[in-house]
Amino acid sequence: MMRRFYFVVATTAALAAAFSVAAKDRSIVVASTTSTQDSGLFGHILPTFTARTGIEVKIVAQGTGQALDTGRRGDADVVFVHARAQEEKFVAEGHGVKRLDVMYNDFVLIGPTSDPAGVAGTRDARAALRSIAAKKAPFVSRGDRSGTHAAELSLWQAAGIDVARGKGPWYREIGQGMGAALNMAGTSESYVLSDRGTWISFKNRGALRIAVEGDRLLFNPYGIMLVNPARHPHVKAALGQSFIDWMVSREGQAAIGSYRIGGEQLFFPSAGDG
Amino acid sequence: MRAEPGLLPIAFEEVSLRAGAHTILDRVSLAFRPGPPTALIGPNGSGKTSLIRVAMALIAPTGGRISWGGREATRMDRCAMVFQRPAMLRRTAESNVDFALSAAGHGRARRRARARELLDIVGLAALAGRPARRLSGGEQQRLALARALARDPEILFLDEPTASLDPAATKAVEELIAHVAGLGVKVVFATHDLGQARRVAGDIAFLARGRVVERAPADRFFATPATADAAAFVRGELVI
Amino acid sequence: MPEGISAWDLVIGGDATLYAIIALSLGVSLSATVLAAAIALPLGAFLALVEFPARASVVVVLNAFMGLPPVVVGLAFFLLLSRSGPLGFLGVLYTPEAMALAQAFLVLPIIAALARQAIEDLWIEYRDEFRAMRVGGAARVGALIRDARFSLVTAVLAGFGRAAAEVGTVMVVGGNIDGFTRTMTTAIALETSKGDLALAIGLGLVLIAVIVAVNALVWSVRRAGERIAG
Repeated sequence: MMRRFYFVVATTAALAAAFSVAAKDRSIVVASTTSTQDSGLFGHILPTFTARTGIEVKIVAQGTGQALDTGRRGDADVVFVHARAQEEKFVAEGHGVKRLDVMYNDFVLIGPTSDPAGVAGTRDARAALRSIAAKKAPFVSRGDRSGTHAAELSLWQAAGIDVARGKGPWYREIGQGMGAALNMAGTSESYVLSDRGTWISFKNRGALRIAVEGDRLLFNPYGIMLVNPARHPHVKAALGQSFIDWMVSREGQAAIGSYRIGGEQLFFPSAGDG
Repeated sequence: MRAEPGLLPIAFEEVSLRAGAHTILDRVSLAFRPGPPTALIGPNGSGKTSLIRVAMALIAPTGGRISWGGREATRMDRCAMVFQRPAMLRRTAESNVDFALSAAGHGRARRRARARELLDIVGLAALAGRPARRLSGGEQQRLALARALARDPEILFLDEPTASLDPAATKAVEELIAHVAGLGVKVVFATHDLGQARRVAGDIAFLARGRVVERAPADRFFATPATADAAAFVRGELVI
Repeated sequence: MPEGISAWDLVIGGDATLYAIIALSLGVSLSATVLAAAIALPLGAFLALVEFPARASVVVVLNAFMGLPPVVVGLAFFLLLSRSGPLGFLGVLYTPEAMALAQAFLVLPIIAALARQAIEDLWIEYRDEFRAMRVGGAARVGALIRDARFSLVTAVLAGFGRAAAEVGTVMVVGGNIDGFTRTMTTAIALETSKGDLALAIGLGLVLIAVIVAVNALVWSVRRAGERIAG
């Protein structure tokens, strides 16, 4: 009876080993963000890349902070996020080789149709936030160190509002991703800052709609970095670099620009814009 | 037949068994020799079960000496026991007997045939394929007996074999005991059923409070009990 | 996932992505269960039958570990398997193998504790007879495992049910990578957070069907046990 068990264990282990060896071949792990993943962009552009190079891209989607940490730990080969200041710090610390521009999308301020802060249809993001703070209108924040969260916090700062004082009563941090934040905003009639991509693909809108858009402050640039192989020797530098090269190449940029949801373009190629 | 020295007589010399402050057996001296069945009778708590367990080397005595066939330590292959509530293995009746035969060292080929024989002896041949736990009380007792006989014992102990059985089942078991005794196996059985002792036993050991109060051939014991306790017990009075 | 198609259509229509997710979920949980059982069943038998000084404490800890929060197990394995962690050189973080390993750790206490209970209960029942029949150590263990086999199968199935239904471990250790480490449970979590409730519900129904099937299997194993062994 015992012999049978050990046989099963040995077989399982052998299969697992074989599986790992096979799976390690031409693939890279890219740490990116949940909002990028949820927008559907990867589903659109990666097949083209894989067809061209035979490299499989495995996207681990997390918040920006987490994605950068994944790069720091060496658990990813490439990092692709949208938080410029943090990206530059990442490179300065020696975790990334170089930061390259890839694309940008924009954020939109979402709010309930009841519009308690009276900001619907305006184009000034800072003024809108001041209004929301003044009227103590409910606001949902991702609170998860994501790129969206970082953008939201810098907007509040630009508007001169200290949200720490509003925490609890009207400013609610949920520590989750964009979809969850939108769900929460919908059910609690709150405002929330979202990236346009997630908003367009979000199906559970309820009584939410775009309140403010178009302000330059709402633009959201993406950067891509190779995790430093000097720091983490196992990083697949060559394959990772192929991916980065493709993303900023004419073909990659065209693929990004051609992605549409409901007829709308979500991401605007910006490689070489510095 | 295995070439081993016999287990009989089993001789108790001043055997005591204590558990903490409680004395279960108090300087018991007796011997089990080949011959007709011996009944251990006495009130509950008198030490009958413990005496059997010591004889089977399931417990070691705390005082005194015990020997089997003159030896103080020996292989206890050819002794067997049927417990008051025998545990049925979760298998068929036949498989239960097969297990006992296997534990006794028989090879596979031999086991098959012998299991059938044993089931025949105890009258369970028709129920060979039934799950043992679904047999009636009497049938389970008989199956336990078959398992015990699988060890080809010189001496067979039974602890209250018919305590929870109806008269018909009791009769069947008693007939089996007589049959087994007739084959030359020494049978020692504990019982609180005086009628059973009268019917089956050749000699009696009467226990009370952990001591062997009286030991005598059955006829003499029941006709003229020598001690007051024994006389009271035979009359049906409570003896503590 | 194709938009505008209901989850039910996907299930009925045999959508390849969906079936890949189901296959991965079952594969990971099955491997985890097999691996866990290979260790847990002997461990349970050992704990049931061998006396040693700290035995009571080990049993208490084992029983407590039945309630390990999956996400905590996920975190522990994440820290172990990350490139910056002690086992990082294996490079298995964010792979199905790591998920199976972590889930195996999660369900091992369940299988071991249930196995121990089943074997110990039977041992208490059989003990006197085994001693009277002078049954040796190896034969004892063999007989107990054989006679307890239905309960042991039930224990393993309980482990599988737990593995198949959990999300915390596989999410943290697997990374929910599309097409690679996305299981039914992590896919449900993702689709819910994206607001695609129809798909999440569809996956949820499939998962419930799996769990119901496992429980039906447990029930029929018990019935068979009663019929065969009494």
